[in-house]
Amino acid sequence: MTARVPSLGGYGENVWQRRLASLKRLDWVLVLSVVALSVVGTLLVRAATFQVLLDQGKDPEGFLKRHILNLVIGFALGGLVTVLDYRLLRAYVPILYALACVGLLIVLTPLGSTINGSHSWIVIGGGFQLQPSEFAKVGLVVLLAMILGEPRDGEVGPGRRDVLLALALAGVPAALIMLQPDLGTTLVFAAVVLGMLAVSGAKKRWLAGLVGGAVLLGFAVWFFGLLKPYQLDRFTAFMDPSADPRGAGYNAQQARIAIGSGGVFGKGLFHGEQTGGHFVPEQQTDFIFTVAGEELGFVGGAVIVVLLGVAMWRGLRIATQAADLFGTLVATGVVCWLAFQSFENIGMTLGIMPITGLPLPFVSYGGSATFANMIAFGLLQAVHLRRRPFD
Amino acid sequence: MNSRTHFRLVVLYVLVAALLLVLMGRLWTMQVLDGRHYRQVAADNRTRDIVVPAVRGVILDDQGRPLVRNRTALVVSVDRTTLSRQKDEGAGVLNRLAKVLGTSYDALAKKTRLCGPGIKRPCWPGSPYQPIPVDDRVDPKRALQIMERQEEFPGVSAAVQAVREYPRPEGAGAAQALGYLQPITQEELDKRKGLKVTGYSGVDLIGRDGLEAVYDADLRGEPGFRKVLVDSQGRVTGTAQDKAPVPGGNLVTSLDAGVQGAAEKALDNAVQNARRQGHKADAAAAVVMDVQTGRLVAMASYPTYDPSIWTGGISQDEYDALLGKKKGEPLISRVSQGQFAPGSTFKVSSVAAAVKDGYDLHGTYSCPGSYNVGSRAFRNFEGQAHGDMSLHQALVVSCDTIFYKFAYEEWLRDGATKPKKHPSDPMVEMARRFGFGTRTGVDLPGETTGRIPDRGWKRSYWNATKKADCKGAKDGYPEVAKTDPSRAAYLKAVAAENCAEGYMWRAGDAANLSVGQGDVLVTPLQLARAYAAVANGGRLVVPRVARAVVRPDGSLVREIDPPAGPKLPVDPKVLKYIRGGLAGVTKSGTAAGAFSGFDLKKVPVAGKTGTAEVYGKDDSSWFASFAPVDKPRFAVIAMVSQGGTGASTAAPAVREIYEAMYGLNGKKPALKDGRTPAGLPKLGGDTGTAP
Repeated sequence: MTARVPSLGGYGENVWQRRLASLKRLDWVLVLSVVALSVVGTLLVRAATFQVLLDQGKDPEGFLKRHILNLVIGFALGGLVTVLDYRLLRAYVPILYALACVGLLIVLTPLGSTINGSHSWIVIGGGFQLQPSEFAKVGLVVLLAMILGEPRDGEVGPGRRDVLLALALAGVPAALIMLQPDLGTTLVFAAVVLGMLAVSGAKKRWLAGLVGGAVLLGFAVWFFGLLKPYQLDRFTAFMDPSADPRGAGYNAQQARIAIGSGGVFGKGLFHGEQTGGHFVPEQQTDFIFTVAGEELGFVGGAVIVVLLGVAMWRGLRIATQAADLFGTLVATGVVCWLAFQSFENIGMTLGIMPITGLPLPFVSYGGSATFANMIAFGLLQAVHLRRRPFD
Repeated sequence: MNSRTHFRLVVLYVLVAALLLVLMGRLWTMQVLDGRHYRQVAADNRTRDIVVPAVRGVILDDQGRPLVRNRTALVVSVDRTTLSRQKDEGAGVLNRLAKVLGTSYDALAKKTRLCGPGIKRPCWPGSPYQPIPVDDRVDPKRALQIMERQEEFPGVSAAVQAVREYPRPEGAGAAQALGYLQPITQEELDKRKGLKVTGYSGVDLIGRDGLEAVYDADLRGEPGFRKVLVDSQGRVTGTAQDKAPVPGGNLVTSLDAGVQGAAEKALDNAVQNARRQGHKADAAAAVVMDVQTGRLVAMASYPTYDPSIWTGGISQDEYDALLGKKKGEPLISRVSQGQFAPGSTFKVSSVAAAVKDGYDLHGTYSCPGSYNVGSRAFRNFEGQAHGDMSLHQALVVSCDTIFYKFAYEEWLRDGATKPKKHPSDPMVEMARRFGFGTRTGVDLPGETTGRIPDRGWKRSYWNATKKADCKGAKDGYPEVAKTDPSRAAYLKAVAAENCAEGYMWRAGDAANLSVGQGDVLVTPLQLARAYAAVANGGRLVVPRVARAVVRPDGSLVREIDPPAGPKLPVDPKVLKYIRGGLAGVTKSGTAAGAFSGFDLKKVPVAGKTGTAEVYGKDDSSWFASFAPVDKPRFAVIAMVSQGGTGASTAAPAVREIYEAMYGLNGKKPALKDGRTPAGLPKLGGDTGTAP
């Protein structure tokens, strides 16, 4: 590989000029899709929370304001990551990884807080809380790219040692997240590991072994009853939501009713009756797609899916055009993460996936998730800026 | 980039695209193809139907005093459907509920199980989808405990409901006449159009007996219906549809609480009195009827009960007390459902029949101590001989042998044991014209017909019993013979006779009928009607309890007029003669003792005692009367089953009722000027609903 690396080190008198010039080299389609998703998300957050907050006698736009603030911080973080030479990240990644693991450990101590059955949060105070598992996703992607992105000479893919090291390093945070328990994020980890291993060129038997191991593990978990009852309930409710309409199946059923009743064009933004009556719990976060489904209808829902699709297409394009394997893997990891998370999130509201606590990327309300998504967005842009020159 | 990486990226492209396509497809299915279904579900999801119960009408006496009214109560109900969804089938909920309500889990479990074959009361006879009321006297504190801790009491609700209450004005219970409410059964729903189950306990009750049953459609009103918009917490956010309930009409009856109370008290006294004299006195009835209209002023039945035990479910103990034979089956109205041999009170019909058959109204007849009907001697009451007398005197002293003679001679004229093709049977015919053997048509359910035995009945009865009789005639009664040989011999002789010629209308049958004995059975209501006909100049009235249905605001819905009945085929002069005879009974006849000291000048009472001998039982005591003699207004009947003679037990009860009606003997008059109110009582806005 003999890729020409554009010099963005920042030496010389025309540093700022050159940086401005590089702005033009950003993937603007990706930018537009992410901005569009954020705008839609902002409207949906308002739709989901306005009436509830009003009923509770709180500032009806409290969530809206916080979400906008989160987006601003998120875009700033993304921009920062964009302008950094992503290869410099290699130096910091071990620190990021260590911090994420410490965060995940803290979460499990009494310092952590339980929200919605998941012990996933560190409450910082002043109404802010941190969800280390979101940042762990970023750490994982970059760390795996580091390990898998430097095959030994003459090798097409990572060797056995690299693969095992990667699995071990992914396993630590995954285990900590599983202890919270947060099944959704663990599954995201699995999707990221699998996708990155595959693209890194790892041998097929590794991939087959991983898939087989996952199936075995799933079976063992089921067989030995390692799942919490509420998780099991969510799974059975996913299969038959009417089995317990007031309990675990409630979310699933209400989500389907909200989306299904939206029809082709929806009931109009801010005019959702199910949404206004707050029938779907956690609607501004994990179930935000139901607001779109009800108020914007099939058209609105399809637009969101298409926008997400555009973002992933651009992400995969970036992976293909990356200057080096490290860049390719970073972009691949980000796409796997966003793709799996989007599919799981929308799929659960449509009743084709079990319910887990995952937000919809770029759309859902949530500080840590927004920050992590925007950092991932920044990573894609960073890889893009330093792409191979033949396009 | 190596080719493997490149190829796998392409696979990833395809995979991501596939996932997104799956989402799009699913979205299309749900929103476009199934959109209509989900919109319907969403509408159901967001609205809740609330049934606003209609207040059931109250039942009032002739002066507007409530006999049944509504009391607001905090009722705790249990929803079986929710309970059955619990992991432990609701055992935990019922256990906690039992603690709060201060009862036992067992009691609650029994109250909430469904009735069915092999399941004894208490059990729930209504729809399984209806909340089951388990307690209607919950104090608000406890109800609040339940409502505040809904998570501990899923399926349990506490709500304010109207519950039937029986205020007993002037001591008037009239339990059998009023009837009671019970949850609607599926059969009743199928039978009656327009009856809807609302799913709201306390609404889905139906009158099961008495006036509550007959006038259910008038009383129940129409429940209102409200469709409200709710949010996910069930909080009401608006109203989509609102239909106000139509309250049930109030039923004004002709019953007078004062007279009713007095009748019940008189019966009670008569029963106690009879028991003190060693009689069993197991049941009793009293009727006060307006002889001109047939409206019932009082109808008392003994034993009686408190109908309020029906509300809020009924316990095993209470149910046993109600239906148990030991307790005398107080649900049965002895007035309209009890059948007893009428004894000599029946003679008004027999006199009319004899005169119609050609016997001289003003003739003189011999009243020997006994009279031979065929080969068998039929004796007067206590075998007393009275010499020659008029028919008037025959009624006054209650001579039986004169009637035996009439009946026997008529029987002979009809061909005796070889009857003519069309025997005239004057006594049977007249009894039928007096309304015996058929229902009076009173506006109460379950009325019985009584029985006038005739040739046809004899034959069908014989067909039904000859097998047993012929066996008895052949084998005798060895079981009875062990303890009572003479009785066994008697039974065998009777069986032999019944077996051989039981189908025949024998002389003895005719003789027994003439004095209201043997197989004759009448209801007190039938007898009251017969005496009303004698008193009013020959019109057979149709008795009525209800007078009118009135809206809660006092406006009239409809008046309930008794239909016109047939006329007696009796010359008014004969009826006048009979009235004269009956008037003598209280002055110098069999009831003179019972009426001694009674101000007959003020309230001239005419009447007839009856002492019906019942084989194997104590005598039935009767007194049938009307007053005032010259301008008859009321027929008053009293009957005490196994109560001794008519003169000793029933007549004093009737006297007590008259005293209460007219305010004699220092009593407060129940009736103003000796009459019932001519018009309907003036009713205000919220008649009889307790605060």
